[in-house]
This record gives sequence, C-alpha cells and structure tokens, in this order.
Amino acid sequence: MLIKKPADIQPSEITPEGVYFNRRQFMLGSAGLLLSGETLAALASKKSPLSTSDKPNSLKDISSYNNFYEFGTDKSEPAMYAGSLKTRPWNVVVDGEVGKPRSFGIEELLKQPLEERIYRLRCVEGWSMVIPWIGFPLSSLLKQVAPNSRAKYVAFETLQRPSEMPGQRSRVLDWPYREGLRMDEAMHPLTILAVGLYNDVLPNQNGAPIRLVVPWKYGFKSIKSIVRIHLQEQMPATSWNMANAHEYGFYSNVNPEVDHPRWSQASERRIGEFLKRKTLMFNGYGDQVASLYRGMDLRKNF
Amino acid sequence: MTTLRMKNPAAARQPARFNWLKIAVFVLCLLPLARAAWIVLSGDAVNPVEFITRSTGTWTLSFLLITLAISPLRQLSGWGWPLRLRRMLGLYAFFYGSLHLSTYVWLDQFFDWPGMLHDIIKRPFITVGFAAMLLMTPLAITSTQGWMKRLKRNWGKLHQLVYPVALLGVLHYWWLVKKDLTQPMFYAVVLAVLLGWRLYRRLRRSS
Repeated sequence: MLIKKPADIQPSEITPEGVYFNRRQFMLGSAGLLLSGETLAALASKKSPLSTSDKPNSLKDISSYNNFYEFGTDKSEPAMYAGSLKTRPWNVVVDGEVGKPRSFGIEELLKQPLEERIYRLRCVEGWSMVIPWIGFPLSSLLKQVAPNSRAKYVAFETLQRPSEMPGQRSRVLDWPYREGLRMDEAMHPLTILAVGLYNDVLPNQNGAPIRLVVPWKYGFKSIKSIVRIHLQEQMPATSWNMANAHEYGFYSNVNPEVDHPRWSQASERRIGEFLKRKTLMFNGYGDQVASLYRGMDLRKNF
Repeated sequence: MTTLRMKNPAAARQPARFNWLKIAVFVLCLLPLARAAWIVLSGDAVNPVEFITRSTGTWTLSFLLITLAISPLRQLSGWGWPLRLRRMLGLYAFFYGSLHLSTYVWLDQFFDWPGMLHDIIKRPFITVGFAAMLLMTPLAITSTQGWMKRLKRNWGKLHQLVYPVALLGVLHYWWLVKKDLTQPMFYAVVLAVLLGWRLYRRLRRSS
C-alpha cells in the first residue's frame, strides 16, 4: 500500500539530486583512481519484486545521516571521517559450522548476481528512510559454504582497525561491532548483503564495501563493513545487547508495541517528511516474516 | 526617577554605556537561533526536527550555565558589569527552553496531548526536562523590577530555583543519550564546578 502524503517542500530537495550525484560520482571516481588505479564502474543490477514502492530518500540524506560509531557517535561524523577507511583489499571470512569454510574477496562478491532492493529502514531512534540497496541474498553466500546441522545462528563482525576508524579509539562500544541472526532469519529471502546504493558502490559511511541489510529489524542489526561471518550453535553476543541488554534485545524486530525504555516506538519520522507516521509491525514486512516468530512472546524476545 | 537623576547626574550617563553592552550581548545571544535557522532553511539538516530539538536544548543548558557563571566571575574578578547581564542571560535560557519545549510539542509530537502526558509520566528523561521547564517559568515571570520589589527577600529565595533547574536540565540530557556521554558529561562538569564554587564559599564563610 502506497500512502501518498501532500508534497511538502523538503529541505533535502533544495540541492537538486542530479547535481549532488555528479559531484559524488566525480569524488568517488577520483578516490577509486587514486586507491586502485581503476575507475569504479556503476553496479549493474536487476530490479527486485521485493522492493517497496515507497519513494527512496536522496543519496545526500542516506549518505550524510548515519549511525556508524566506528567513525563517531554524531550522525554527521561518519560522512566526515569514513574517507580514511580502505576498502581494498577486502576479504570476508565465512567459517564455523560449515562444510566448506573459506574467504571471499570483495571482487568476487561484487560479481554475484546483483539486485536492486528498495527497502524501508527503521532506526531504533525513531526515524526512518527508504534506501535503494544493491546486493544479493545472504542465503546465496551461505549455501556456498555448506552449513551443517549445528549451524543454528550466524554471527557477524565488523572490521576493527582504529587507525582508519577513529571512533574505535574510544570505548563507546566493545569493538569489533558484532551482530547476529538466527539461521532461518539469515536464510530469509529479504535478508541481503548490500554492496551498493543508488547504482553505485556503497559510500564508506554506509558500510562499504559490504554490509548486511535486514529490513524488518531496527537498523543497528544491519551490521556494516563485514569481515567475518561465523556460523555457530549458540546465540551470538551482539554489540548493543552487550552495551545495554535492557534496551536492545537479540531480535530487535521493529515492533510498535514494544517501546524502547526511553521512547515510544509507535511512530516514526520518515526523513524528508514533516509529520510522523505510524510504525508498522516488522517495519511493514510482517506478511513475509511474521511466521518466523510464530509462538514466540515478542515482548520477552524483543 | 527624576529625583534620583538630580541627586546623581552620573547615573544618567552610566546606563547609556551599559545599554551598548546589553544590546551587543542581546544580539550575540540570538546568533545560535540564527545559525540554526540558517542550517534548517539551507537544507543542511537531514532531520531538521531532531536538529532543532538538539540545538535549542543544548543552548538552553549553555545559557543556564553562563547565567550561573556570572556570580563566580564577579566574585573572582571584582567586576560589577557582568551582574547587569544576568537577567537577560537567564531570560535567554528560558527563551531557548521555550523553543525546545515548543519543538517537542509541535514539531515532534504534533499536539498529541495524551501521547505527551504518557511520555511525561513514563519516561524519566522527559519527566525531569518538563519539571525543569516548569520550575524555570516562575523565574522568567518574576524577573522584572516590579516583581523584585514586590517579593523583596523572597525574590532571592525563589530564584534559587535556578539550581534545581540546571541540575534537572543536565540530568535530562544525561538520560536521553543512547551511549556516548561526552557532551552531557561536559555540562555536568561545568555545573559541578559552578555549584562547587558556591558551596566552597558558603563553607568558608560559615567557618
């Protein structure tokens, strides 16, 4: 269902997107030339039927308002400081309870059949965006390593490199950033690994070169700049849960009925909109994912 | 008034000199608002409501602390002129606090009164923020010469409410932060120094 809102003049629309794109592509292009000696080609992708029809936020919104504590706790800091992160060479180790553990180079991952997935993203802080990710299902990667029957959970880790990630020099969180999914959540067709955004590679502040996207969970579950994926029998420790278990559960499903202790989750402010809108159960992906949690008490397993 | 002026001709000149200082500080105190308006109108704030809430909130705290710094500054330097700015600075704290509260009521909650009442009761950081605003209101109302005269010694007692107001304000900021306490800690440390100085003087005088 597409809910049209009256067209407010959005502050984000004052700079025409085209102008911003050109500047961004020029900058990304020159950065790529300097680092790797090659130009970064736009990512070719297929449109996905799993995309929402909501209007995506501008690249400026998506790339200048980020929570990425490795580069600072203020939302403007990732865009300011993530330039120092070197995303080449980059490997993602996939191991644990699998038949064929191995490491994937980023070049190989970029060659997976890519899809554009326009997803809603709901931050636990009460704001939301619509983001046109480019990526591929996590399940297609996991199938390549042949998980065994003990693989009940998937643990993810972000790069830990304080020399390039200035936020890691302070101990706001216990680095490296960790996240986790249950196996069925990880294998769900909506769960993707994103390598791009708006038909180009991910900006560093959005989790370059590869990040997780789980659209029915709060944004912090979608771990950025992944270097390790570990399949295991036990439920993995996750960063925000370790930092404050009372406020951030393992599941972290978007749920308007379970408040964050300090603020209501009943509504959200879509970036670019003036009025708040009601938050939907599972961020509006309930038809696809509610069955994963049948029989569970979502107040306890929040 | 006329009799006063006749008794002391210098008094007529003196206010004029201080008026310039007052006007300059008055304009200076509006700069944070002008800056915020500029950032919002130029589209630099991706989440304008959050930005306005944050900046009016931190400026409320800043003006509270600046106001509380006036007495120590006077005591340490011996200057008299800072005291003439104190009322205006305190009123600016109230002004930015009112903007902060209006942003919450209008732009954030959009006059959802039951929702706000629920927030005030259930969420401690909102409870203390709201309490701070409530306590600041009588101070703003009684800031005039007329009220000073009417309340006499009680005026000073009443205006000691500025201490709980500042404490609640810092607590409000402390409790709303998700993880990184650097900024609320900065305000807490400054407030501790300003209150510590008063405590030190009181103890020294009584001993």
